[in-house]
Amino acid sequence: MSAAKGSYYLPEPSPWPVITSVGVFVLALGFILFMNSISAGSWLMIGGAAIIVILSAKWFGQVIGESEAGTFNDQVDMSFRMGMGWFIFSEVMFFAAFFGALFYVRQLAVPWLAENELLWPGYEGGWPTAGPKGAEVIAADSQPGPNQFSPMGAWGIPALNTLILLTSGFTVTMAHWGLKKDNRGQLVVWLFLTIALGITFLAFQAYEYSHAYTQMGLTLGTGVYGATFFMLTGFHGFHVTMGTIMLIVIWLRSIKGHFTPKHHFGFEGVAWYWHFVDVVWLGLFVFVYWLV
Amino acid sequence: MSAHDSHPTGLSRWLFTTNHKDIGTLYLWFSFTMFLVGGAMAMIIRAELWQPGLQLVEPHFFNQMTTVHALVMVFGAVMPAFTGLANWQLPLMIGAPDMALPRLNNWSFWLLPFAATLLVLSLFMPGGGPAAGWTLYPPLTVQGGMGMDFTILAVHILGMSSILGSINIIATILNMRAPGMTLMKMPLFVWTWLITAFLLLASIPVLAGAVTMLLTDRHFGTHFFDAAGGGDPVMFQHIFWFFGHPEVYILVLPAFGVFSQIIPTFARKPLFGYTSMVFATATIAFLSFIVWAHHMYTVGMPMAGELFFMYSTMLIAVPTGVKIFNWMATMWRGSMTFETPMLYAIAGVFLFAVGGVTGLMLSITPADFQYHDTYFVVAHFHYTIFAGSVLALMGAAYYWIPKWTGHMYNETLGKTHFWLTMIGFNLTFFPQHFLGLAGMPRRIPDYALQFTEFNQWSSVGAFILGAAQLLWLYILIKTVKGGEKATDKVWEGAEGLEWTVPSPAPYHTFSTPPQVR
Amino acid sequence: MSISSLHSLKGVFQRLGLILAATFVPGIAAAEYALNFQRPVTEIAGDLLELHNLITLIVTVIMIIVFCVMFYSILMHRKSRGHQAATFHDNSTLEVIWTVVPFLILVAMAIPSTATLLKMDDTSGSEMTVKITGYQWKWKYDYLDQDVSFFSSLSTPQDQINNKADKGENYLLEVDNPIVLPVGKKIRFLVTANDVIHAWWVPQLGVKKDAIPGYVNEIWTKIDEPGTYRGQCAELCGKDHGFMPIVVQAVSEDEFNKWASVQKDKMVAAQAGAGKTWTKSDLVARGEKVYGQSCAACHGPSGAGVPGVFPAMTGSKIATGPVADHLNIVMNGKAGTAMTAYKGQLNDVDLAAVITFERNGLGNNTGDVVQPSQVKALR
Ligand code: HEA
Ligand code: HEA
Ligand code: HEC
Ligand code: CUA
Ligand SMILES: [Cu+2]
Repeated sequence: MSAAKGSYYLPEPSPWPVITSVGVFVLALGFILFMNSISAGSWLMIGGAAIIVILSAKWFGQVIGESEAGTFNDQVDMSFRMGMGWFIFSEVMFFAAFFGALFYVRQLAVPWLAENELLWPGYEGGWPTAGPKGAEVIAADSQPGPNQFSPMGAWGIPALNTLILLTSGFTVTMAHWGLKKDNRGQLVVWLFLTIALGITFLAFQAYEYSHAYTQMGLTLGTGVYGATFFMLTGFHGFHVTMGTIMLIVIWLRSIKGHFTPKHHFGFEGVAWYWHFVDVVWLGLFVFVYWLV
Repeated sequence: MSAHDSHPTGLSRWLFTTNHKDIGTLYLWFSFTMFLVGGAMAMIIRAELWQPGLQLVEPHFFNQMTTVHALVMVFGAVMPAFTGLANWQLPLMIGAPDMALPRLNNWSFWLLPFAATLLVLSLFMPGGGPAAGWTLYPPLTVQGGMGMDFTILAVHILGMSSILGSINIIATILNMRAPGMTLMKMPLFVWTWLITAFLLLASIPVLAGAVTMLLTDRHFGTHFFDAAGGGDPVMFQHIFWFFGHPEVYILVLPAFGVFSQIIPTFARKPLFGYTSMVFATATIAFLSFIVWAHHMYTVGMPMAGELFFMYSTMLIAVPTGVKIFNWMATMWRGSMTFETPMLYAIAGVFLFAVGGVTGLMLSITPADFQYHDTYFVVAHFHYTIFAGSVLALMGAAYYWIPKWTGHMYNETLGKTHFWLTMIGFNLTFFPQHFLGLAGMPRRIPDYALQFTEFNQWSSVGAFILGAAQLLWLYILIKTVKGGEKATDKVWEGAEGLEWTVPSPAPYHTFSTPPQVR
Repeated sequence: MSISSLHSLKGVFQRLGLILAATFVPGIAAAEYALNFQRPVTEIAGDLLELHNLITLIVTVIMIIVFCVMFYSILMHRKSRGHQAATFHDNSTLEVIWTVVPFLILVAMAIPSTATLLKMDDTSGSEMTVKITGYQWKWKYDYLDQDVSFFSSLSTPQDQINNKADKGENYLLEVDNPIVLPVGKKIRFLVTANDVIHAWWVPQLGVKKDAIPGYVNEIWTKIDEPGTYRGQCAELCGKDHGFMPIVVQAVSEDEFNKWASVQKDKMVAAQAGAGKTWTKSDLVARGEKVYGQSCAACHGPSGAGVPGVFPAMTGSKIATGPVADHLNIVMNGKAGTAMTAYKGQLNDVDLAAVITFERNGLGNNTGDVVQPSQVKALR
């Protein structure tokens, strides 16, 4: 509810945001040049990314310092919570666009193309598909020839990854309980396990990708199936990467003795994010891997 | 705690500031600059359309002007202008010392100039800027040159800015209100912004998704919008308009908030139907997510879709009508005076309603087969956007500038600006209805002879409208520099916390929370 | 409620509308078509005009009421006349009324709209089919039942557009080959596109549909009277979007059949030269024409192109390099760019001619001659 009694907290003027914006600009510019095969692009991208990384470290470092100095009252804490919560909501909507695309092509576009005898005679549709002009789909787990692809099955690595992420949801909650009980050992160990699970997940996914590219004829360019598959799992993987980095940061902070049983928004924000990544994965597992 | 009034001076004040008033000022000047840039492009459009034949620009450049005019106006001028108002006014109106997340606030702003730079740079790339319309429909956008990539990345960064800004606004409104300021006591401007912020959070990321798919279709071999790979160009339109329709309410809901502040002040009578205003706003926001395909009646949707989107779109007239009627009832039996802000509010409400009812006409699916992609649509949305959003912004500027600067603007000049704008605006856009009905498509640099006359009226109107905005610039600068001292309350009928602090509002206000009865 | 009772309700509304129109806004309902839709020549277009007039009327009346109320209080309830402000700020009855009444008006508008929409959608019972394909920036018409097909593009001379010559009566609304259709027959159109989205729109027929690459949209029309009806592409499709008009020539059925057989003969004649060996000068002469029709829009009449967007032909590495590459890009296009595959659009002779022309005209001088047989071999 409305304001906590007493004084407000107002930060000093800060150079971090505007410099970060410069980093974003340089990164974007570099990316554009890179995509258009202009060689300066990759250097600019590295430069921009470096600015962003360094500045994030400074910026978050300052916030962490302030937090540890006890500068933040309950009201600030609540603002942070709302900020993180609604940020995650916006991320959900970002994924919604891609899930929407997946449903649209599966339920509408591909069937329309299949019944369109005038332009695409002989095309039968179905899912997975790379479209009337794309590679032909063959049974999962068989060796694709040229211009063929094999769809990604659900019950190998993906199922394992589901298990891993679900377990990591549990481990992060164990860490949280540890923190609440002020059991630092439990906090640090369970956090470490969560990170390990996150990294394992990513390693499996990297393996899955390389397998898809090299053994299954399945690439980003494999029609709508490849596009939706790699964009959805790819953005998810990116979020897992970010989440893992965030977990590492709070793990290091936990080791340093940051957070108190009452005040640990930094921890909770990361935990929320991790759960969000987890839930998105469940959607992916069901709609991208399983129900084909 | 930090109740100091000192702050860095010079450039670093503006670069590093975490003060909501400074950031509000930055937003407002940025958006004004963009308004001039976008307006200058509109002038090029209108000059080329002065008569049939190609006079001034090549067709390809004309298309770039249309596209960038719209992107600059929507993302660069109107949205940041309302965010600027939010920055200045929300803390003042709810009795908070600042926004909830001041550093983030600074970042939201400072992303904008960089994004705008990318957008404008696109025009100078080989092959020019985006030329496929602000709606960025593929496959045309898959064809374009590097300028398209600049645009996509600019849209991404503009979107980041909006998302961060909305988060801040939500946290501010929900978490920073002075004791006693319950939700249902909040001024309507605060309410409309709260709801707008949710619209932004739910729609901008979807736009980001859409342009990301566009980018990968362009450069990374995906086939989202390519039938040969099983994709569908129309899918982009669905995703775009899922963002695009809420977007138009993002542009207009804060304007409704402004009208709801100004009209009671000058009618000297409380706002009629406060509760129904809040619910109507929320209803509009909800409906805005289920009407998107009314922009796509001609793409060949299944009949059930055509009907559903027609009915849901028509429904929006009900809550919007409630708002219009509430404003009318507020004026009814008031004790009205007509200072410049009030003129803008009245004209804004009426002309917006004109644009609204043409929107209703467009929502009728079969009739839209004739209206779609003609100047009738152009007339519709300039009546809603310009008369709704921009007139509200002008009114808001006159209404609050005494609080911001401590100076009264010059009433005669203000009224001159108003009347010139009225003449220019209506002369520009009213004839466009007839052009559209008679069959002139939009987005064309040259037209058949029977459209000449109305186009000339429209161009003359546009030049008057443009000149009027230069007068506005002069008035704003003059008022910032000096003028009659404003009192704290400024307007006789003004109500609300912002009128209890001195004019100009000191650098820090409400360092200790005020009590709201 | 059945559809027929919807119709009679619509009738009541229209009569009511006319009365209101006569009283309040004679200007609108009775307007000449310069302020309104073009004169309809199909039943659907007529229905659309009626529907449009009806909703225009309703919203005009609403706006007049809104304006009168606002203006009354602006005039009467002003401080300068000494009017004291009342203090009311709620009135449930009023609020219910102005929620329910607009809703009912909407229902009344939705009913005739739904009926018209259902009618427009019904393509059953059509007697012939024309496939319409949008290209940057021309239309292709395939008469599926008559085996006739041709392209239709803007015929207004460039000089008129550039203000070097006086503009003709049908400036920008004239084409080289109009689409010819019989009157009184229900004609089904299958609309699609080859490159980007276009929209086929002829206002007087009341037909507008997007042409989506890779997908087919169905529409129909039944033209009541012979005549020439003009329309334009109605979806931004790139540089020359404003320059791809549509001209429909509606003729009697007899005339149509005659026209169709002439067209068929023409197509056979055009194929004729494919077997023989052509001289360079014949190819160049023919290629110049083809270039003007098909290529000049992008690569420029003189071959200069548009820097950064469309490459110049003059001195182009491909147009002066190996013939095979040249053949390849023209026949197969280049994916992801505006350069589309021309093998489906031009016949062997035209392809050979335009390539020969590009290699020996437009400032190029390679001396190469490409024969139709070479093109044929690559198909
Ligand atoms: C601020 C921006 C704004 C606003 C508020 C609106 C409001 C509305 N718009 Fe508009 N619209 C645009 C901006 C806006 N629009 C833009 C930019 C485009 C073009 C995009 C592009 O293609 O580039 C567009 C296009 C557009 C189309 C697509 C046209 C086409 O391309 O073919 C349609 C179709 O349904 C439509 C409908 C509506 C409706 C029903 C409303 C309603 O919200 C209006 C509601 C208001 C009223 C109805 C008036 C007040 C009510 C009363 C007085 C009560 C009584 C009234 C009745 C019962 C009738 N709009
Ligand atoms: C917020 C939204 C907004 C605003 C405020 C405006 C404002 C104006 N718009 Fe536009 N417009 C759109 C949003 C907006 N527009 C959109 C979304 C489209 C669709 C694009 C598309 O099809 O993709 C569009 C399209 C559009 C078209 C159709 C183009 C086409 O189809 O090809 C036209 C034509 O008349 C037009 C005109 C104008 C004019 C005359 C103004 C005037 O109101 C502008 C008045 C302001 C000024 C003129 C500023 C004053 C400045 C000067 C006089 C110059 C000084 C210069 C310097 C200091 C550098 N706009
Ligand atoms: C809609 C626009 C358009 C039309 C019409 C068009 N082209 Fe092109 N053409 C292009 C574009 C764009 C490219 C560049 C493709 C690329 O990026 O390599 C191109 C490239 C070419 C090239 C290769 C030039 C080079 O140096 O790379 C040749 C040759 C060519 N076109 C011939 C033709 C011929 C012959 C025709 C007509 C039959 C034609 N074009 C019609 C857009 C067009
Ligand atoms: Cu074809 Cu516009
Ligand atoms: Cu809309």
